[in-house]
Amino acid sequence: MHTFAYARPATLAEAVALLDAHGPDARLLAGGTDLVIRLRDGSARPSVVIDVKRIAELRPGIREDSGRFTISATTVMTDVVADERMRHHFPALVEAAAVVGSVQIRNRATLAGNVCNASPAADTAPPLLVYDATVVAEGLGGTRRIPLDEFFVRSGITTLGPGELVTAIELPVPGRRMGATHVRRTRRRGHDLASVTLCCAVDEAGVTRLAFGSVGPRPLLRVDETGVLADPAAPAEARTAILEAMLADASPSPRSMRAGPVYRLAMLRVLGTRALATAIERLAEGESRR
Amino acid sequence: MTATQPIRVTVNGRRRDLDVAVHHTLLDVLRDDLALTGTKECCLVGECGACTVIVDGRTVDSCLVLAVEADGTEIITVEGLAVDGRLSPLQQAFLDTGAVQCGFCIPGQLLSGTALLAENPHPTIPEIQEGLAGNLCRCAGYQQITEAVLAAAEAAQAGPTEVER
Repeated sequence: MHTFAYARPATLAEAVALLDAHGPDARLLAGGTDLVIRLRDGSARPSVVIDVKRIAELRPGIREDSGRFTISATTVMTDVVADERMRHHFPALVEAAAVVGSVQIRNRATLAGNVCNASPAADTAPPLLVYDATVVAEGLGGTRRIPLDEFFVRSGITTLGPGELVTAIELPVPGRRMGATHVRRTRRRGHDLASVTLCCAVDEAGVTRLAFGSVGPRPLLRVDETGVLADPAAPAEARTAILEAMLADASPSPRSMRAGPVYRLAMLRVLGTRALATAIERLAEGESRR
Repeated sequence: MTATQPIRVTVNGRRRDLDVAVHHTLLDVLRDDLALTGTKECCLVGECGACTVIVDGRTVDSCLVLAVEADGTEIITVEGLAVDGRLSPLQQAFLDTGAVQCGFCIPGQLLSGTALLAENPHPTIPEIQEGLAGNLCRCAGYQQITEAVLAAAEAAQAGPTEVER
């Protein structure tokens, strides 16, 4: 590994000042499950690595405040999965966080890091899009709230500005009852990156939110407000046509080693159809328990 | 110029004050500075789990943790599992079931198994498989490894021996 300076700011202001001073030569370190690999293979060669884990304002934790959950930037997947409130309000996010990497990876990898890394295959991205997440960023100019759908650009690239760091991910408590699920396709059971990763939610007003990744340069969110997709009694042709339209912008890379584009597109339809059925089922189950 | 930084860690119950290169991983420091070579270096990308150690009660791939990040933590490596020369019940179960083949992945398997049993003393087979999914065994001794974790869980239930330390 090449050498670099290591900084461990204790406050957010200190971290922002460091980022400003070093510009593109600085890299932020949270869980390190992506960055340390890149430091070792030389694809990232920062002059300074800024460890955000000792920043007082970013201590791991999930806070609930006036209808909104705030997940701090150092909160790891294991903590997201274990949180009862997350399981209750955002079950599809918990399902996704629970399949990221292995136990060892989930003990280090942060939710914010998964988002900042902007991998098209990030498993938590589809549920975060479906649940309408906002990225909270801090810079010299102050605090900025970026809707997640406006955060992703393409692999590794986000709309985070120079000198900004992500301090938290915010999730609004869903205003309507929802049924939701996360599903994915991998080459093998256990520890693997997704060939297709997808989340679907259906709410009591008939709105269907579908987000999917690993089938193009960035995860995509599509919303159906006609109520047709959410209605299992609607004509199958009409529902298929809507689903097809929602998946139409998928454009898997022919260069990926994990799966070919034809297979990915076929599996995207299969997973989309299955996830929709599960989401509808879960919404109905929730209804019958009331 | 290599930047170094002082860190204080507790490794297998023993306090260590070290001056580590900031670009060295916890794996590098355990093996090269502390001569704890039970922790293995293998894939270096967090896929194989051979370098698994327990940091503050949670397993991590030590190849993906900079040593400076571990400052202030408590670390358990495979060398810390046996007490006074007596194998831990899980280590003994690995031997009894024939889970140890070439041995290379075993330190990582043992630490993942130890952490799993500490959190979930009576895991099901799927829970063991998921709990150890981050530890690859190229001898393919998965069935015996799963049996060993089950046996250690049962032994802990039956007798007074304590698996989850």
